[in-house]
Amino acid sequence: MIVTQFVILGAALFSLGVYGVLTRRNAVLVLLSVELMLAAVNINFVAFDVFVQDRIAGGQIFALFVIAVAAAEVGIGLAIVLLIFRNRQSANVDELDLMKL
Amino acid sequence: MTHLLTTANSLILAAESGAKELSDGGTLASWAWLIPVVPMVAAFAIVFFGKRMPYKGWDIAIAVMGFEALYGTALLLSHISKPIAHDFQVEIAMLGSMPIEWGWSVDGLSIMMYFLIGVVGFLVFLFAKGYMEGDVRYTWFFASFTLFAGGMLVLVSAPNLIQLIVGWELVGVSSWLLIGHYWEEHENSSAAIKAFLTNKVGDAGLFVGAIIISMSVGSFRFSDILHAVESGAAEAPTLSRFAFWGGLALFIGAMGKSAQFPLHVWLPDAMAGPTPVSSLMHAATMVTAGVFLVGRMYPLYLTDGFATEVRAVIVIIGGITLFLTGLIALVQDDIKRVLAYSTLSQLGYMTAAMGAGAYTAGLFHLFTHAFFKALLFLGAGSVIHSVHSNNMSDMGGLRKPMPYTYWTFVVGSLALAGIVPFAGFFSKDEILASLRYASGEFGVADGGGAVATVILALAIGGAFITAFYMARTVFLTFHGEYKGHGHPHESPRIMWVPLVALAVPSAVIGFINIPGVTEVFTKVVGGREVPVLDHHASSFDIPMLLAGLVAAGLGIYLGWRIWGPDAETQEARDSFRVDGLYPVLENKYYIDDFYMDGIVRPIRGPVARAMDWFNGYVIDFIVNGAGLLAKALGKVVYWFDQRGVDGAINASGAVTGAGGGVLRLLQTGKVQQYAVLIFAATVILVGGLVIWF
Amino acid sequence: MEWFESGWGLSLIVFLPLIGAGVLLAIPKANEEAQKLTALFFTGAAFVLSIILTFAFDFGQAGIQLGTQQDWIPAIDSTYHIGVDGISLPLVVLTTFITLLSLIYSWEHWPEPHNPKAFLILMLLLATGMTGTFVALDLILFFVFFEVVLLPMYFMIGIWGDRNEVTIPVFNITTQMRLYAAIKFFLFTLFGSAFMLLGFLALYFKGGRTFDMLQLAANGAEGLLGSGLAFWVFFALFLGFAVKVPMFPLHTWLPDAHTAAPTVGSVLLAAILLKLGTYAFVRIAIPILPEQSQNWAPVIGILAVIGIIYASLACLAQTDMKRLIAFSSVGHMGFVMLGIATMTPIGINAAIIGMVAHGVITGLLFFLAGSMSHRYHTREMARLGGNQQLMPIMGAILGFTAMASLGLPGLAGFWGEFMALLSAFSPAEGLSVALFRTLMVIGAVGTVLAAGYLLWMLQKVNFGEPGDEWVGHEFHDVDKWEMAAWAPMIVVTIAIGIFPRLVFGATNDSVVELVSNAFRSLG
Repeated sequence: MIVTQFVILGAALFSLGVYGVLTRRNAVLVLLSVELMLAAVNINFVAFDVFVQDRIAGGQIFALFVIAVAAAEVGIGLAIVLLIFRNRQSANVDELDLMKL
Repeated sequence: MTHLLTTANSLILAAESGAKELSDGGTLASWAWLIPVVPMVAAFAIVFFGKRMPYKGWDIAIAVMGFEALYGTALLLSHISKPIAHDFQVEIAMLGSMPIEWGWSVDGLSIMMYFLIGVVGFLVFLFAKGYMEGDVRYTWFFASFTLFAGGMLVLVSAPNLIQLIVGWELVGVSSWLLIGHYWEEHENSSAAIKAFLTNKVGDAGLFVGAIIISMSVGSFRFSDILHAVESGAAEAPTLSRFAFWGGLALFIGAMGKSAQFPLHVWLPDAMAGPTPVSSLMHAATMVTAGVFLVGRMYPLYLTDGFATEVRAVIVIIGGITLFLTGLIALVQDDIKRVLAYSTLSQLGYMTAAMGAGAYTAGLFHLFTHAFFKALLFLGAGSVIHSVHSNNMSDMGGLRKPMPYTYWTFVVGSLALAGIVPFAGFFSKDEILASLRYASGEFGVADGGGAVATVILALAIGGAFITAFYMARTVFLTFHGEYKGHGHPHESPRIMWVPLVALAVPSAVIGFINIPGVTEVFTKVVGGREVPVLDHHASSFDIPMLLAGLVAAGLGIYLGWRIWGPDAETQEARDSFRVDGLYPVLENKYYIDDFYMDGIVRPIRGPVARAMDWFNGYVIDFIVNGAGLLAKALGKVVYWFDQRGVDGAINASGAVTGAGGGVLRLLQTGKVQQYAVLIFAATVILVGGLVIWF
Repeated sequence: MEWFESGWGLSLIVFLPLIGAGVLLAIPKANEEAQKLTALFFTGAAFVLSIILTFAFDFGQAGIQLGTQQDWIPAIDSTYHIGVDGISLPLVVLTTFITLLSLIYSWEHWPEPHNPKAFLILMLLLATGMTGTFVALDLILFFVFFEVVLLPMYFMIGIWGDRNEVTIPVFNITTQMRLYAAIKFFLFTLFGSAFMLLGFLALYFKGGRTFDMLQLAANGAEGLLGSGLAFWVFFALFLGFAVKVPMFPLHTWLPDAHTAAPTVGSVLLAAILLKLGTYAFVRIAIPILPEQSQNWAPVIGILAVIGIIYASLACLAQTDMKRLIAFSSVGHMGFVMLGIATMTPIGINAAIIGMVAHGVITGLLFFLAGSMSHRYHTREMARLGGNQQLMPIMGAILGFTAMASLGLPGLAGFWGEFMALLSAFSPAEGLSVALFRTLMVIGAVGTVLAAGYLLWMLQKVNFGEPGDEWVGHEFHDVDKWEMAAWAPMIVVTIAIGIFPRLVFGATNDSVVELVSNAFRSLG
């Protein structure tokens, strides 16, 4: 099995995700891009698991964990975004410079 | 000096008869602890409850003194029938391996004192009720008076040096209370302080002496000390080595209490107290303490190899005191002061007798003197009570209005002058005889026979002076014209009854110790655990007897010529003034002035101030100087700190601040900008790692 | 009672006041009654426990009892080692006793500025420090307690002290008495403590790497501590202790501190703080460095006697009553030090009874001086004349206490003085007999001077007619709180005077053992 294709796919997806996180203004889209990055990582996990023939299939289990955590993260993230939107009538991350204070 | 103890014919062993069959006294002796304890407790009882009693505390006091008199008499009678000599000790602490004990001594010497203090004290307390009537601090007076008697009883009951010191100082402090009874007057409290401090000088000697003696024996007990003496110098080498200094220091203590020259100055001033106080203080208590102490330690002074040399000092001091103070009595106008100086003089006799080796004679004079001097003081008190003045120049002619006082006073004066057959005659004759004995057969110290001869001459001269000033006192007070104010009257019965009661023993008590006939007293005071060897004449010393009588008779005659009813009193008195001597006597040989101006004032003034100055200007100068120097140094350091160290610190602070100013530009709060930075950094790091490996 | 005897009882006595101070912190400032009751409870409990301690104490046994040893700072081999023997027991009881009485006295007598809460906290803190010092058997523990005492007293003097202006001689600096005295007290003591700590460290390194006093004493008796350095070690310890005693010429903080301190401060200072120094001599200097003690004994003895005479003379020059009493302390502690300098059982016994007696008597004198200056608003003796007329009971108690202070036999003060002189007659072997006997005679003369200044004080203060300035003034004689605080002290003074076994019974065996252990190897 050739692992290269999967790695390239992962890298591409990850780059897309990074690009999305850095450029999108809408918080929802930023979250979406994070999901993309997580998916890229999952692909890498599964690919390398198969590649090294792990006896306990650690990579696949880890991928499952990541999916679960990602789900939770999206849940919380969306909730936060929702609250921010409610308070400020905007989900624009450029306006969220509270950390500067 | 061994022949002192062995030349037998005129020496008897005073305790010879008693020493062999001493009893422990049974119940009477074992309950004798009540004697010192009861008055001490009573003194507190009077302070706290006295005011609620029907007689304001006097009733407690007189009951206590009645008890003392009865107990003393009972002990004395029991002692005469069968000699008692026993010490009781109660341990109150261990100090290293030396026990400290309270206790009570029941032997001839202490029983004699119990009796004396009890009987004389009882009569004086009786008198005091009348005399002190209406006093501002009536109850307080009886409390301290009881404490005074109690202190003396603690002293004489002491079976060891510690308790002796306790009683000694209790007497001192209560005398301070009593002399300063009228403390509103500065003079009185000064007199009280003078008495206390002079005594305290003696006490320092007593402390040192007690320490030396007890540490070289290893025990505070008199019985241990005296047994060590008895066993001889070879058996007790340490004590023998230190006995001279110990004995001398003890005698300095005795000089303080018994008011011997040059520590006599407090006694005349002690007149500031109420007259009953003077009466008890000068007779049975306080001043007898010194003689008692010498008597208590007598074997130490008498046994070869111990403190025999000290006796030379004792006899000389006694001789000086008896003569010099007698002379002062001649020029006093205050009747109490005449009596005070006469007390000093009589104490000189006792001391001289003790120094001459006459234990019995010295104590016998103490015994008889206690009666007639108490009588004389109470008589003087009665007179003062009546004429409201102490000065004889305000008296005169009191014979008629005050018959009881007059006759008892005359009896007392005759006894004091030593006229046969009154009490003083016998005791004084014994002293003269023993002084002659000392000068004739052996020296006081080796080769000191001449000294004793001089002292003997002084003593005979003293007998003359005594008679002379007593005659003067009697004539000036009771004869002639009344020179005072108001109408003198006889004192109430509660005051003259004690006078009569004291006049009886003053007249007859000398008969209990006629040499070779009735030697009751000799046996009483000789009944001690460690026998006291003294020379006690077994028959009258006729030349001395005559010398004493002639001197006394001459004194009275001369007194009668000068101050008697037939004399032109004022003129005779003026002609009596000897220009050179009179001021010296009136100023008491300038000794008081010397003490005040030469010792007390310099110490209280310049010396004390110098010490205080030293404290503030030398030691504190160093301390404050060090502090201020440190402070100045601190300023220098602070300057360096501000400019140097702080410069560096501040510089680093400034750099940090500036750096922060630059870096804060990076912090925009924009999440995505941060993410860019994080991403870029990750890329750089990962890139770096890749390149590195 | 098992727990009590295994060190808990003793620890409670030491730390109860500290707990009390903590509790007081929680009580609001306005609620004075609760504060006083709390303080009373904790000091009272400490006193009761110390009485129980006395009953639990086995007087037949000379060694350390009722203590415990726990790990504390293992890194430097320092342990929490406490215990009492016959030497410290009387002092522990004295401390709890005087603290309790001080509290009772304070009930209605608060110095300005009125702030009972802070004052009580300081008092309780002081109590812990003082008792702790007497029971500590570890040098570091000892040092900690010794220093704990310093701070509360500093604040007591500095805050509640005398606000009169004082001009320092020579330098002509004018400042408030309390400030000057507090700083002087603090720095003086700290100066000594620094040397003391140095000495402790030297003992640790040279004495077998332990801070345990008993261990050090055993090592010291065997001569482990050599002699060259030990000479200076003793000197360092001497400086530390002598400042606290205080010995001439390190005493000048004392008159100022006593005069400036509030009444209770003076009482605690005189009654207990001074004893820390003398106690340390007995507990630390002599057993651990017996040989050096002998070398230094003549110096101590001479300084002690100089102190006696010097202080008595200085007393004669005082016009301020409190300052006079303060100077008299120097003299009395001179007798205590003379006893210690003889290095004999009698002398050390004398020193301990002298400490207890001085604690009670001088404590009472300071109470009296405080109460009188509170009423007259002056301490000038020249103005106080006739006090006996204005306040008869106060005057009588003053008279009694002055008598006790001059060493009247039959009262507590006598034993310390007389026995110290007694011991000077035959000091320990190896000491100059001639010197100590001379000291004895001079010391005896000192008793005369002591009588002098106290009698003259009484004459000035008590006797005579009251001055015109007091005409028309109403004076309250001794009130119930004062009586409650003073009566026990009077009773104790008489009781010890009549029955010195109360103290000697506890001390004698311990002292004999301490001395014989220390000098065993010296012969």
